[in-house]
Amino acid sequence: MKATFSFWLDFIREAFRGGKLFYLWMTLLTVVVFLGFAAYIRQFQHGLIVSGMSDQVSWGVYISNFTFLVGVAAAAVMLVIPSYIFRDEMIKEVVLLAEGLAVAACIMCILFVTVDLGRPDRIWHMLPFVGEFNFPQSLLAWDVFVLTGYLFLSLTIPYYILFVRYKGGEPKHNVYFPGVLISIGWAISIHTVTAFLLSSNVARPFWHTAILGPRFLASAFSAGPAFFLLTLKFIRRYTDYPVSEKIFQRIAIIATVALQINLFLLFAEIFTEFYHQTDHTASALYLFFGIGGKTALVPWIWSAITMNVVAVLILSIEPLRNNSRLLSVACVLMVVGVWIEKGMGLIIPGFIPTPLGEVFEYSPTLIEVTVSAGIWAVGLIIYTLLAKAAIAIELGKVRYKKLP
Amino acid sequence: MTENLKNNSNQVSRRSLLKKIGVLGTTGAAAATGVTLAAQVVEKSGQEFSDSLDSFFQKHYRRMSPEEVQVTIARLQRKAKRKYNKDISIDTAPPLPVTLFGYALNISKCKGYRKCVDACVEENNQGRDTQIQFIRVLEMERGSMNLEESNHYYDPETVPQKGKFYLPVQCMQCENPPCVRACPVKATWKEDDGVVVIDYDWCIGCRYCMTACPYWARHFNWNEPHVPPEELNPVTHYLGNRPRSKGVMEKCMFCVQRTRKGKQPACMEACPTGARIFGNLLDPESEIRYILENKTVFRLKEDLGTEPKFWYFTD
Ligand code: SF4
Ligand code: SF4
Repeated sequence: MKATFSFWLDFIREAFRGGKLFYLWMTLLTVVVFLGFAAYIRQFQHGLIVSGMSDQVSWGVYISNFTFLVGVAAAAVMLVIPSYIFRDEMIKEVVLLAEGLAVAACIMCILFVTVDLGRPDRIWHMLPFVGEFNFPQSLLAWDVFVLTGYLFLSLTIPYYILFVRYKGGEPKHNVYFPGVLISIGWAISIHTVTAFLLSSNVARPFWHTAILGPRFLASAFSAGPAFFLLTLKFIRRYTDYPVSEKIFQRIAIIATVALQINLFLLFAEIFTEFYHQTDHTASALYLFFGIGGKTALVPWIWSAITMNVVAVLILSIEPLRNNSRLLSVACVLMVVGVWIEKGMGLIIPGFIPTPLGEVFEYSPTLIEVTVSAGIWAVGLIIYTLLAKAAIAIELGKVRYKKLP
Repeated sequence: MTENLKNNSNQVSRRSLLKKIGVLGTTGAAAATGVTLAAQVVEKSGQEFSDSLDSFFQKHYRRMSPEEVQVTIARLQRKAKRKYNKDISIDTAPPLPVTLFGYALNISKCKGYRKCVDACVEENNQGRDTQIQFIRVLEMERGSMNLEESNHYYDPETVPQKGKFYLPVQCMQCENPPCVRACPVKATWKEDDGVVVIDYDWCIGCRYCMTACPYWARHFNWNEPHVPPEELNPVTHYLGNRPRSKGVMEKCMFCVQRTRKGKQPACMEACPTGARIFGNLLDPESEIRYILENKTVFRLKEDLGTEPKFWYFTD
């Protein structure tokens, strides 16, 4: 009990201790959070009318960010898979950090869904027993269920490991390993369920395809590790946590293969849509070329494809990949590319044209952008704090001191 | 104490009062009115406060006991009174026995006047500023059923146009409704008379049902809907046309407030060409049954397997 209490005390102390740069970073993020919060208050008062959404395009950047972040959330555990299958010791070192990222991404996901609600005051209607949880009928209910479960797992496993380390012990393999196995399955499920959330809609031919699930997995395996790799570079530069060069290479390979598969699946989809065009091609047509002079998404998707292709070229050519700077560039391209492709490029064209054939465009408003930025800032704050404390404990800087 | 003062001031003539108690009396009377007013304000805002607390905890409609339904209805009436300064009735009539509602629409008669659209808005209290319309009439090219070539924004003054036909679309009250399955909180469901309804006070506004509907039948209150009080239809049903609030979903519910009383839906009544036939599918004598049995009918997007209870036919 005492140990738990002192663990939390030390954890929080470590999380908030830092140099000038740290405080600058945190202040910056806090400002963004406040801006986002102010924008959200406005949305809360006036209703979602302040967004760019409409009856025609009824989901926008909020849900787009949500689908992207589900991928990032799962990425953590994606890294665990090779580390356990191939008895890869290296990746174990950074798995804790990856779990921290998973926690942050999960919380961002939940926030993005919440700000998208028309009646956030009624969110308790989703609680089982107290409310009416439409489980297992509604895929959205499934999504809420798997996401909270995943958040719980990503919190408990690292907690156990850190706590044991804190007390100066070695975490027991047969205690946390079953947990890790469960969370591997769970990580795949948060993806699959989110993909099914979209692909189950017969009303939306753009999503109603079996390839959506695999594409989700592939893009998550690419953008997630890429994002993580970037944060590791940051950590290596600004903390004394040792991240070996081999780890970067390992993660880069995972991301490369996943991105290659992702591009292949995208190609397969484009081919099927366009070789013989049907009514169902309309959304893809709108996305890639625009319909009737309405072309809002065209520059987005082509820049996404360009980014992904450049990234895959850099990553697939070994000398280029081994260049640390180029690797960072490729990762940034990949994260942004997948963010567009899986967010704006997947959610929004699903609504255009509407089921009654109307082409009505969407673009986010300043309020939506500010709220989204605020949520990203919340996520980055959480990740920063978790990573800092975890690093301090891992490095053995803080240990439980038994009082005499 | 204040009561006494008030009584005294009434009994004693004004002049002697002023003489006798002078300033004290007036202050007393003023204080008395002040207190009563304050008490009223407190009572009113107290009521408003407890109402908003109760509406926060309001249960799912299908979980309420009959007593709870009554209490809720009374509160909703007070709320409408505050907003519109108008007394409304809120019916809770259950589905009629042995009834399954269906609709058939004669597209050779429909001329695209959009009278049904206007009648629907008047009947069902859609927000005038939100401009929600449950019925969308598409102007279609003759010789094609491609919805993507339809015109949603034609001018009803100039109809009918040569080379066009008109296709009104509204909620099809699917027998296998994807919107119902989608809802994470069971805020929308299919009643025994086949009508898909929404509990506007349970909906969390996630809009997943909207994504799931293949007929673009669901509409969202992006802001607080307003109806000019004189235009508000005071005869409402809990699952039908009662006033809605911002952030919730709504759609056509076959005018349950009328049809469960044996009346026609507003759109059918308003149609000048008689293109619309509404009725009970379980009644072999009904006109709609005659049409289904004797005319060539079709349904929109039948291949999606949602089993719409809305048919189109031609003469
Ligand atoms: S038409 Fe749409 S809203 Fe109406 S029942 Fe079918 S799926 Fe639901
Ligand atoms: S918007 Fe309302 S009715 Fe529709 S799925 Fe969400 S909670 Fe259910």
